[in-house]
Amino acid sequence: MFDDFMTRATVAGLGVAIAAAPLGSFVVWRRMAYFGDATAHAAILGVALALALEISVFAGALAVALAMALIVSGLSQRGYAMDTLLGVLAHSALAFGLVAVSFLAGVRLDLMAYLFGDILAVSRMDLAVIWGGGGLVAALIAWRWSPLLTATLNDDLAYASGINPKREQLVLTLCLAITVAVAIKVVGILLISALLIIPAAAARPFAKTPEGMAVIATGIGALSVILGLQGALILDTPAGPSIVCVAAICFALVSATRLLQRP
Amino acid sequence: MTLLSVDHLCVRYGAHEVLHDVSLSVERGEIVTIVGPNGSGKTTLLRAIVGAVAPYAGTLTRAAHLRLGYVPQRLHIAPTLPLTVERFLNLPKSAPKPQLQEALVRTKTTALAKSQISDLSGGQLQRVLLARALIVQPNILLLDEPTAGLDQPGAAEFYQLIDTLRRDTGCAVLMISHELHVVMAASDRVICLNGHVCCHGTPEHVSSAPEYRALFGTGTQGALALYRHEHDHSHSHTHSPHDHHHAHGHPIAQKEEAGL
Repeated sequence: MFDDFMTRATVAGLGVAIAAAPLGSFVVWRRMAYFGDATAHAAILGVALALALEISVFAGALAVALAMALIVSGLSQRGYAMDTLLGVLAHSALAFGLVAVSFLAGVRLDLMAYLFGDILAVSRMDLAVIWGGGGLVAALIAWRWSPLLTATLNDDLAYASGINPKREQLVLTLCLAITVAVAIKVVGILLISALLIIPAAAARPFAKTPEGMAVIATGIGALSVILGLQGALILDTPAGPSIVCVAAICFALVSATRLLQRP
Repeated sequence: MTLLSVDHLCVRYGAHEVLHDVSLSVERGEIVTIVGPNGSGKTTLLRAIVGAVAPYAGTLTRAAHLRLGYVPQRLHIAPTLPLTVERFLNLPKSAPKPQLQEALVRTKTTALAKSQISDLSGGQLQRVLLARALIVQPNILLLDEPTAGLDQPGAAEFYQLIDTLRRDTGCAVLMISHELHVVMAASDRVICLNGHVCCHGTPEHVSSAPEYRALFGTGTQGALALYRHEHDHSHSHTHSPHDHHHAHGHPIAQKEEAGL
């Protein structure tokens, strides 16, 4: 069944959506949007390193994204002015990554694939990596759900319940790095944050509980993947950005409906 | 029976020593109130007791099988996070039905169970936080300024509730309060904190102690006492620990306190 490139692309997109939507809910609740950007942008440096060292792009991106996520997470616990610092880190990482890639002969032409994804070219091996990583993230979040949620509400409340919020932060950091590494192929480094945040934001008005929001966000993410790919096929548009466009349209429709309903 | 004891506790944030050589204990069923000016380390002390900050020196001892209910000073929930009161009470562990019902009834929050936390008023949120602390059937409740932001009838009602809880369940209460008139009426013991324990004992003893009067003025029956204490006096530990006398005679209300 994976012979068809559209089927492979859809399955790959869904593999990212099941990880990105619940993780994205936490990113939204904890105001970590820029954190996602910094981690994703660092991954281009990882891609450059992987190509230079001739190791797997996934492994290189994962390692550098994880390093960046740990740095940012460590700094945030020391109480730096985070928006500025993350702005500096996110864009410096991207700039250094792009410069590093330019040193590698022959890669320059492929750069677009890493920046905006290359979902129509996923192989069976890519599928295994994406579903392995995406499944791991979804499982980690499901396993740590209650402590993560408690730590998201209030650090001291978490400590009083015997939960270490720093450990929970580490779980999210790890999940973020894995999601970034598996999503490069699907939407590319520049649009990973969109896949985290937009489905969660679009799900918010429908949800009464955190669990509900994560489930609805997953649905919206999956819908965006399916409609985005079909749209890209019909309109001959780039697939990754088309997926994000559908998610953004969902968000706009939801927001407009809410505005109209308001007395 | 001693539920909780703090021995010679020091807490530092970097090089800044917030708590110095603090010792106290809480016995079963008693209400102990911590008073002290802003920045005196009251919240840090409670945070150290729940384990949110590590002691630099000293020890914290909990009685075996101590069940601790904690009500933080405030809870800010991001508007992007949908959360009903019922779901909140079931965090991090889902609570047994009878315990849940009892906590809701005691705090008069049964009607709020399906409400979103973000829709609650200040007083309602405070009662919901208390309800969550009650779920574990605590033998000690830690309350960090539970009535901050409530009007006077709201605060009075809240303290009434605490008193009823103590009477019905026998749980001890360790709380931080700014409302000195209430403290004096509702506490078994008062601890006056200013980086270190300035003085402690029964409300009568503390209110007549020179250290307390230096911090809070001579009137203890009215909340006005609060407005009289000198706020920004430094409390260097190299001097005599009870050298507060320079704080006397400052009748001018501090601006931030006038807004209380």
